[in-house]
Amino acid sequence: MLWAEGVRYSYGAVPALQDVSFTLPAGRTLALFGPNGAGKTTLLKVLAGLLRPRAGKAGVEGGRSAIGWIGHQSLLYGQLTVRENLRFWGALYHVPSGPLGDRIELLGGRLDLGSLLDRRVATLSRGQAQRAAVARALVHDPVVLLLDEPFTGLDRVAASELSLLLRGFAGGGNRATLLVTHNVDEGTDLATDIGILKAGRLVELAPRGGRTAAEIGERYRGVVAGG
Amino acid sequence: MGELLRDAWVVARKDLALELRTRVGLISAVVFTALVLTVFNFGRDPTAVGVLDLAPSILWVTFTFAGMLSLNRAFQLELENQALEGLLISPIDRRSLYLGKLAANLVFVGLVETVGLPLFALFFNVPVWDILAPLAAVIAVATIGFVAVGTLFSALVIRVRFAELMLPVLLLPFLIPPLVGAVQVTSRLFSHRPLSEVEGWLKLLLAYDLVFVSLASLLFPTTVDE
Repeated sequence: MLWAEGVRYSYGAVPALQDVSFTLPAGRTLALFGPNGAGKTTLLKVLAGLLRPRAGKAGVEGGRSAIGWIGHQSLLYGQLTVRENLRFWGALYHVPSGPLGDRIELLGGRLDLGSLLDRRVATLSRGQAQRAAVARALVHDPVVLLLDEPFTGLDRVAASELSLLLRGFAGGGNRATLLVTHNVDEGTDLATDIGILKAGRLVELAPRGGRTAAEIGERYRGVVAGG
Repeated sequence: MGELLRDAWVVARKDLALELRTRVGLISAVVFTALVLTVFNFGRDPTAVGVLDLAPSILWVTFTFAGMLSLNRAFQLELENQALEGLLISPIDRRSLYLGKLAANLVFVGLVETVGLPLFALFFNVPVWDILAPLAAVIAVATIGFVAVGTLFSALVIRVRFAELMLPVLLLPFLIPPLVGAVQVTSRLFSHRPLSEVEGWLKLLLAYDLVFVSLASLLFPTTVDE
């Protein structure tokens, strides 16, 4: 569903990804941890087709139509209402107008956006905007979700709400989710698989198993410190 | 082709909705047009050079710089909350994005010109009404070429610092042919001379549109990718 095979990428002479390979089948959620500059966002951009790898291959089954993207920016237009934004993004993904309206109402209900749908995005709080961003990412019913530090800037309550929403998405057996973050406390509970990216290399990738967030955090800190 | 145009319309409609909601770019460009025309009106010596000799150049200099204000905003809109990234991840053809931006820019610049032309006629006492149809056609043809190149360059400079300065520096050299052509044709129109005198310039304007709309559509994907 989501795969990378010997992917290399560099910014000029500075390597960002070195021989990264993995596959993520449907029904799995990979939490990929790494310190700043490890190449996490670069990897997501390569998978989404925003960057072309210098070597190797990467992609998503179903192409760009299959991707839902959530980053720390909402990708929403502040001067449009949430509903206008969702209509715009849905139209770009060729969702027919009738079903799109139904889908917006459905997402509005699920994401507690009902009263916010007709408000301009610029007037929303960070947490509300992030919920709207989740609606934007899901408006075309993607099968792959790419999450780039989606909890950045959210308070504990908003982060917890977002985590629940994402768990709802990841719960679908025909979907795959890749979450990248530098914070092991975020998203660990969503993951079925844990990966660690260090200096552009995928140094560890394993099923989460029964490991707790604390154990994963300890392992991560050990790997990053060079152990 | 149908999907290409349909997606382009989705992009253009969004840009128009955003602009109509804020009106910042439109109002700025209209005010700029009025100010430039005022400056030209009071800054010239009417006894030294006849108004009809200067008027075509003043008209096109005004439209060019006012148009650049609109073009600068075309991709600035997409930097808000990194919306450009979302557009590039979406499945639409990059050419749809270009054509949508081009269409929206043509509407903006067309609106500015629609307000600017009566102001120009008022300030310079140029009788544009009896030549309105051919003048509007010439303005439309020249504007298409100018906006086609401008839309491409506004995408090119979006990620560089001082984009608002870079755009005119890159764009103006490419605008010399259509500007010279537009001034020549407008000059003949103001003098009530037959357009057959400037047939070559008219052909150049049309060819410029054809070449640069096609070329810009083809080059656009490489300007926004990586």
